Amino acid sequence: MIRIENLSKRYKNIHALKSISLQVAQGELFAYLGPNGAGKTTTIRILTGLTNLTSGKAFLNGFDIEKQTLDAKKQCGLVPQTINLDQELTVYENLEVHGCLFGMPARQRAEKILELLDYVDLDDRKDTLTKNLSGGMRRRIMIARALLHSPRILFLDEPTVGLDAGIRRKIWALIKKIQQNGTTIFLTTHYIEEAEFLAARVAFLDEGNIVATDTPENLKARLGEWAIDRVSEDDMKTQYFKTMEEAKDLSRHYEDSFTLRRVNLEDAFLSLTGKTVK
Amino acid sequence: MIQGCGAIYHREVLILQRRFWRMLASMAVSPLLYLLAFGYAMGDRVMVAGYTYTEFLIPGLVAMTSMTQAYGIASEINISRFYWHIFEEFQAAPINDVAYVLGEVLAGITRSFISVIVILGLGFIFGVSLGYYSIWFWLPVLLNSFVFSSLAVGIAMLVKSHSDQAMVNNFIITPMAFLGGTFFPIDRLPPVAQKILFFLPLTHASKAIRGAAFEHHANLYSCLLLALTGALFFFIAIHCVNRAKD
Ligand SMILES: Nc1ncnc2c1ncn2[C@@H]1O[C@H](COP(=O)(O)OP(=O)(O)OP(=O)(O)O)[C@@H](O)[C@H]1O
Ligand SMILES: [Mg+2]
Repeated sequence: MIRIENLSKRYKNIHALKSISLQVAQGELFAYLGPNGAGKTTTIRILTGLTNLTSGKAFLNGFDIEKQTLDAKKQCGLVPQTINLDQELTVYENLEVHGCLFGMPARQRAEKILELLDYVDLDDRKDTLTKNLSGGMRRRIMIARALLHSPRILFLDEPTVGLDAGIRRKIWALIKKIQQNGTTIFLTTHYIEEAEFLAARVAFLDEGNIVATDTPENLKARLGEWAIDRVSEDDMKTQYFKTMEEAKDLSRHYEDSFTLRRVNLEDAFLSLTGKTVK
Repeated sequence: MIQGCGAIYHREVLILQRRFWRMLASMAVSPLLYLLAFGYAMGDRVMVAGYTYTEFLIPGLVAMTSMTQAYGIASEINISRFYWHIFEEFQAAPINDVAYVLGEVLAGITRSFISVIVILGLGFIFGVSLGYYSIWFWLPVLLNSFVFSSLAVGIAMLVKSHSDQAMVNNFIITPMAFLGGTFFPIDRLPPVAQKILFFLPLTHASKAIRGAAFEHHANLYSCLLLALTGALFFFIAIHCVNRAKD
């Protein structure tokens, strides 16, 4: 379980997070959505102890990240946004060092490493140097590494950025599988369809503020069910409708081209952040 | 605490093993050049403090190399921090700052000892064998490595980029390597210079190491000074790791 209360973070002259509050239940798959620079990574870095917070409080499974730092860290596994595998070590050695860092006994470590490499489908790469792996393989190794000490909360910072559609699906399936084992998952992404596909609940983050937290269905329902995009010379206008009939009725009068489609999470985000021309 | 330190050290040892022969070769290069250049040039003709120059040089090289190799972990930490982001993996782990510093310092000391053995081997080839069996030879080597690997961790945490790191090395380590009693006895320098050099840890390390190598002389005073300096740098390093969080 994750609880964040009025968390804020200031770098010298940048106010990266402005008093955010948030709660994620045990076993939930929660997506944290926002454009570049919104403060997603900053939030994760604070929760996992890589960065100090400026004010506010945060708890991981009840452990205060400031006062019970080591206990809080034991609760979580982290897959950071940038690849941080030891390039000079093999896949196995990377995982082994991680197991040592979390104080796993040698036997348990060895068994769990093989089990997880199998789980992420890379058991044949055990003795490959990580510098010789592809991007998608590295991501999966990072996920295996983060799961090694059986954390109850998993932080995934943009786990599919820069990967092709096939690998992305593979990682999505993996994430779902992890959640089904009862792990709480906190995922950041700026791919809206990723959040829509995976998460039970999402938060929209914009310029360090949470503008909404809800299920994807509820967020979309605020706008309606159907949308019409009309492209004119210099911008694109979107209108929302409760029913398809309503949309069709209106569109009968349009002369230029338009697209009728279902409302998606991106519409909800754009309308909430006011970053759309309405 | 022990577990965290062990994990950090384990990682460094894995990397040392992977690079072992390359590392050994690179550790041999500069002492070999010094021995060839100075040893053959001045060799047996020049006597310093009653010893041939080659004999005089070897304990100095031991002091200097144990410093540069121990301090060398700074660049390694730097690369793993700014370039590979591996430092984040340590930061996210449930280990405290003392364990981290201790693990890295032990790795620095290990590197330093390997390089000292390389030099003694080279010296042997050059026909020099001194009082290497004394504890008073190895203790200052250990303390010198402790001083400079602690300094290395601290500085690696303070600098903001890799080029800053190179600059610090140029201003601190290189001058000390030449002036700390490694290549010539500092009592030949003017008194003012001697007073200044007295404050360099390397001066004490070379004095103690050479004393033991030549006369099995126990230099308690220099060892104590090195131990205190090392302890100071170690605590500063712990503080710096904590500050490196942003
Ligand atoms: N170490 C730092 N020092 C100063 N400013 C920082 C630092 N890290 C992040 N910031 C600033 O904080 C803000 C939020 O950055 P953050 O990395 O959290 O965004 P993000 O939502 O993860 O973006 P992206 O989608 O690009 O990963 C940005 O304005 C960024 O410039
Ligand atoms: Mg980010």
